[in-house]
Amino acid sequence: MTLTEARPAADVALASGPHAQRAATGTDPERTDVIVALAQVAPRLGDVAANLDRHLELIDQAATGGAALVVFPELSLTGYFLKDLVPEVALREQSDQLQRLAAASATVDVVAGCVLESDDARFYNASLYMAGGRIHHVHRKVYLPTYGLFDEARYMAQGDRFRAFAAPMDAAAPSRPWQAGILICEDMWHPTAAALLARDGIELFLCPSSSPGRGVVSGHALGTARSYDAMTRTYAQLFTSYLVYCNRVGFEDGVGFWGGSRVVAPDGRLLDEPAANHEQLVLHRIDRGAVRRARIANPLLRDERHDVNDAETDRLKARNTRD
Amino acid sequence: MTSTTPRQTASRPETLAIDSAVVGDILVGFVRNEVRKVGFERVVVGLSGGVDSALSAAIACMALGPDNVLPILMPYRTSSSASEADARLVCQHLGMTPAVIDISPQVDAYFERFPDADRGRRGNKMARERMTILYDMSWAHGALVIGTSNKTELLLGYGTVFGDMASALNPLGDLYKTQVFALARSMDLPRTVIDKAPSADLWEGQSDEEELGFGYSLVDSVLYHMVDERCTKAELRSLGFEDAFVDDVARRVRGSQYKRRPPIIAKLSARTIDREFRYPRDWGT
Repeated sequence: MTLTEARPAADVALASGPHAQRAATGTDPERTDVIVALAQVAPRLGDVAANLDRHLELIDQAATGGAALVVFPELSLTGYFLKDLVPEVALREQSDQLQRLAAASATVDVVAGCVLESDDARFYNASLYMAGGRIHHVHRKVYLPTYGLFDEARYMAQGDRFRAFAAPMDAAAPSRPWQAGILICEDMWHPTAAALLARDGIELFLCPSSSPGRGVVSGHALGTARSYDAMTRTYAQLFTSYLVYCNRVGFEDGVGFWGGSRVVAPDGRLLDEPAANHEQLVLHRIDRGAVRRARIANPLLRDERHDVNDAETDRLKARNTRD
Repeated sequence: MTSTTPRQTASRPETLAIDSAVVGDILVGFVRNEVRKVGFERVVVGLSGGVDSALSAAIACMALGPDNVLPILMPYRTSSSASEADARLVCQHLGMTPAVIDISPQVDAYFERFPDADRGRRGNKMARERMTILYDMSWAHGALVIGTSNKTELLLGYGTVFGDMASALNPLGDLYKTQVFALARSMDLPRTVIDKAPSADLWEGQSDEEELGFGYSLVDSVLYHMVDERCTKAELRSLGFEDAFVDDVARRVRGSQYKRRPPIIAKLSARTIDREFRYPRDWGT
C-alpha cells in the first residue's frame, strides 16, 4: 500500500520502562512473558481494501518487532460512523478479506474489528481473534450504544455472550495459552460484562474501541479520556488482570477519535503513558508472573462469593418474573 | 424584542471553561484531516476583523500553514474602517496575504431596484454576496470555505442562512462565544480583535449584544445549562435565570431550527435522502 501524506507510516516503538525490554530470541518453555502490539490506526471510512492492506502491513511490522499479538481498534477494517454503509462493508467469516487477514495470523495473533454478516443477514459489530492462520474466536458486541451521537443498534444486531477463550500467543515462545476475553468499547461501560469474563477465568482483557473524543468544558483534559482512564485502571486492578485498550485515531464527519491506547497491569498501573493522538504501533511486554503476583497480593478473585452472587441473582430473577 | 433584565447572579462562566490546549489540538487536527481527506490542501476564509474569523483563520494556519490559507476581506462602503484595519492586523500576525474585494458595487447595483429596502434585508444581502465570493474563490483557488459561526449564534439563529452560516467545514460551531474569546486569548491573537465589542458590522455602530438584548457571557451560560446540561426550567430558575429570559432564549433556539437543517424534502419513495438514505458525509473519502 502506498501511504499518502495524510497517513504517515506508523511509528513503531517498544514502550520503554521496566516492563518492556527487548524480546529475547529463541523459544523457552518456561517463559511467561509476551509482547503485545497496539495498532492505533485511523481507518478509512468504508474502504475495506485500503484498511486490510494497512492491517497486513502493521501485522508484519508487529511480527518483526517480536509481538505475539497485535490488537486493532473496534471496526478497524471499516471505520466507525458507517450508517447505511453497514451492509455494504460487511464481511462473512469465509470472505476472501477475512481469510487473507486470518492467514497473516500464522506468524502473530491478531485482533481486528469488522462488520460481520451472519447467514441470516444480521450485521454484527465484531472483533475477531485470529491465530494460527484461522479465525480462533469471535466476539460480537453486546452493548450497542444508541443514544447521543451513537446509532449502532439502528444498523447492527446485538451479540449475546461474553466468553473467555484460550489465546495461543505462541508465535515467539510456545507456552500455556493466555485466558482472554474481549470487550468492545461500550461493552466496557457495563461492569457486569467485565465481571462475567473474570468469573470465566480470564487474565487478559482485550478492549478494542472507537471512542469519539468529547467533553472539553471541565477544564481538565478530554472527558472521554478521563472516563476510560478510570475504567481501564479499575478493571485491571479489581479483576487482577491485564487490560489492553486499543482506541483509534483520526476524524469522521468532524468527530475526532482520541487514541490513548494503553496496557494496564494487573495491579492497576499503566505500563507506559497512553499513546499520543496519532497513528502508531506501540509494543508492550506483558508477563503472566505479574498476574500471579497481583493475585497473591490481592486475592480478590479467590475470595469472590459466587454463591452469594448467584443467590441474589436468582432472587432478582424471581422478582422480575413476578413483575 | 422582549426586554428582560436577567439577574447577574445567573452568570456562571466557570462552567464554560475549556482546556484550550486540548481544544486547540482537536480543532487543528479537524481542519487538517477533513480538508486533506477530500483532496484539498488550501482553505479560504472571510476575514471581518472580528474574533470569530480571526480564530478560524488562526486554526487553519496552524493546520495547513499560512500559505495555504487565503483570507478575503469583503468590506461594504459603510463598514467600519477599524474592522478592515483589524483584519489586516490578523493577516500580518498570522503571516497570511489578504485579498480585498469591496462588495459595494454588487450590493448597490441590486438595491438600486429596491431603494426602500430596510437594513435587515440589506444586511442579509451583504452576507450572501460575501458567501458567493467565498465560494467563487473556493473554485478559483481550489480551496475549501472555512466557516466562522460559533455555537451561540448558531443556536440563537443570529446569522444569515446561506450567508455567513454557509461553509464546507466549521471549526467553531461547538464553541460558545465566551469560549471563542478564551481560545483566541490562548492563541495570542491581537488584543484589539479580542477586546472590542462584537459586531456583525452590517451597518454603522451595530453591536451584537445591543441587538440581541443581552450579553454573551449571560446567554452563553443559560444556553450551556439549557442545551448541554438539559436543565429543566425549574433548575434554570434555581440557577438564577429569570423565566422571561429563559423563555426568550428558548424561543429563539426553536424559531431558528430551520436554519440549522438542510431544506426539508417531501417524502414519496421508500428511501428518501437523509431519512432512510443515511450515509456519513465522509463517505468515500
